[in-house]
Amino acid sequence: MNNTIKSNEQSPLYRFVLGLADDSVVLSHRLSEWCSNAPYLEEDIALSNIALDYVGRARMFYQYAAEVEGKGRSEDDLAYLRSEREFTNLLIHELPKGDFGFTMVRQFLLDAFYNLYLTQLVDSKDETIAAIAAKAIKETRYHLKRSEPWIRQLSEGTEESRSRIVRALEELKDFVGEMFLMEEWETSLVEQGIAIDRAALQPDWDRYIQGFLGESGIEFGDAQLQIRGGRNGIHTEHLGHMLSEMQYLQRTHPGMEW
Amino acid sequence: MTMSDAAIYKGSHQVIPTVNPVYAQRRKFRVDGEHQVLWNLLDSVYDPELPGLTIWDLGVLQDVRKQDDTCIVVITPTYSGCPAVDTMKQDIISALNDAGYQQVKVEVALAPAWGTDMISPAGKQQLSSLHIAPPQEDDQPNCPVCGSSNTTVLSQFGSTACKALHQCRDCFEAFDYFKRI
Repeated sequence: MNNTIKSNEQSPLYRFVLGLADDSVVLSHRLSEWCSNAPYLEEDIALSNIALDYVGRARMFYQYAAEVEGKGRSEDDLAYLRSEREFTNLLIHELPKGDFGFTMVRQFLLDAFYNLYLTQLVDSKDETIAAIAAKAIKETRYHLKRSEPWIRQLSEGTEESRSRIVRALEELKDFVGEMFLMEEWETSLVEQGIAIDRAALQPDWDRYIQGFLGESGIEFGDAQLQIRGGRNGIHTEHLGHMLSEMQYLQRTHPGMEW
Repeated sequence: MTMSDAAIYKGSHQVIPTVNPVYAQRRKFRVDGEHQVLWNLLDSVYDPELPGLTIWDLGVLQDVRKQDDTCIVVITPTYSGCPAVDTMKQDIISALNDAGYQQVKVEVALAPAWGTDMISPAGKQQLSSLHIAPPQEDDQPNCPVCGSSNTTVLSQFGSTACKALHQCRDCFEAFDYFKRI
């Protein structure tokens, strides 16, 4: 309960920016888990580079969140010294990397989401958020250009590859609804022209995903809210394990630098 | 005309037809700038991962100001997670310190977002001479070794976040392509 009381004292802008930072850092860590483990060298390099784009995005959002909070915390404090319940990422980002098919399906679903989301966020009345979005959208467009042919190739490849894509979609379908769930504090920022109404993006996202998968004969229903909690610090069992690895160094040797 | 721009007029066989408006605007901003000495000094700072390409040519260097005795240098990183930024900061400070400017501050600006249109014509030519294909409108680079347009993508990411790996189908050379963003 303490966490709930604490988060109610935080400003809407801080919570909003922190959520975006947490989304990025958590996905970045999941992608980086492929480093030295990808099916072949080029994929290893690609996934690590995409992870790098998300680390960069996380740093910009964390730096801004720290500034908005104004309590003298640094980007590193926010990334490495908060507990699982204080992380506010949407749950889809934290799911384990799974097999290559799962990673690419998640990336495809998220790239399509960010492509819509960031395109609007560049018009935010908050200059810093708009500037971060303007950088990030260029990277996201490239990511999508890469995940699209992968999904096509795996969907229409062998029976094995297709079955893995279908299975990944099945596993992820309960988590896509949360991407379009607005929180109260976020809605107040939409009214001020700072945040984006994510709920309003859903029809375009549904249409795009269904159209793309449909061309390969795969059906995917409209996003429905099944599992929620990420933005309020309620996570799957996976995030704690992930953070114990991600935060290990800073927890063991506080303030350590390369 | 800056030192690096001058290089492209020196009897090169490769003709770069037009200067894009984004670069033209950057260059005007520089030429109109108050601190020409500082701008020129910074032409000695190179990207740590693209030898021979200055931070001006790459489009990372955005502004040079002075506040009392402090030089303020504004840069914009290429990709969000570009790890070269810290090295560039250090190199900028060293370059100005060596020239006698003791107070140097480097600011990393998020806006304007970096794009490949900010790369100077000299920078594009420098990329070619390093056998890195410069950014193309249609993302279909010619082979920087033999010039063939018969090339294919090997990997959408190359040795750094800003490059992709391509291969020439005629001379079989694998080469980096500087992605257009």
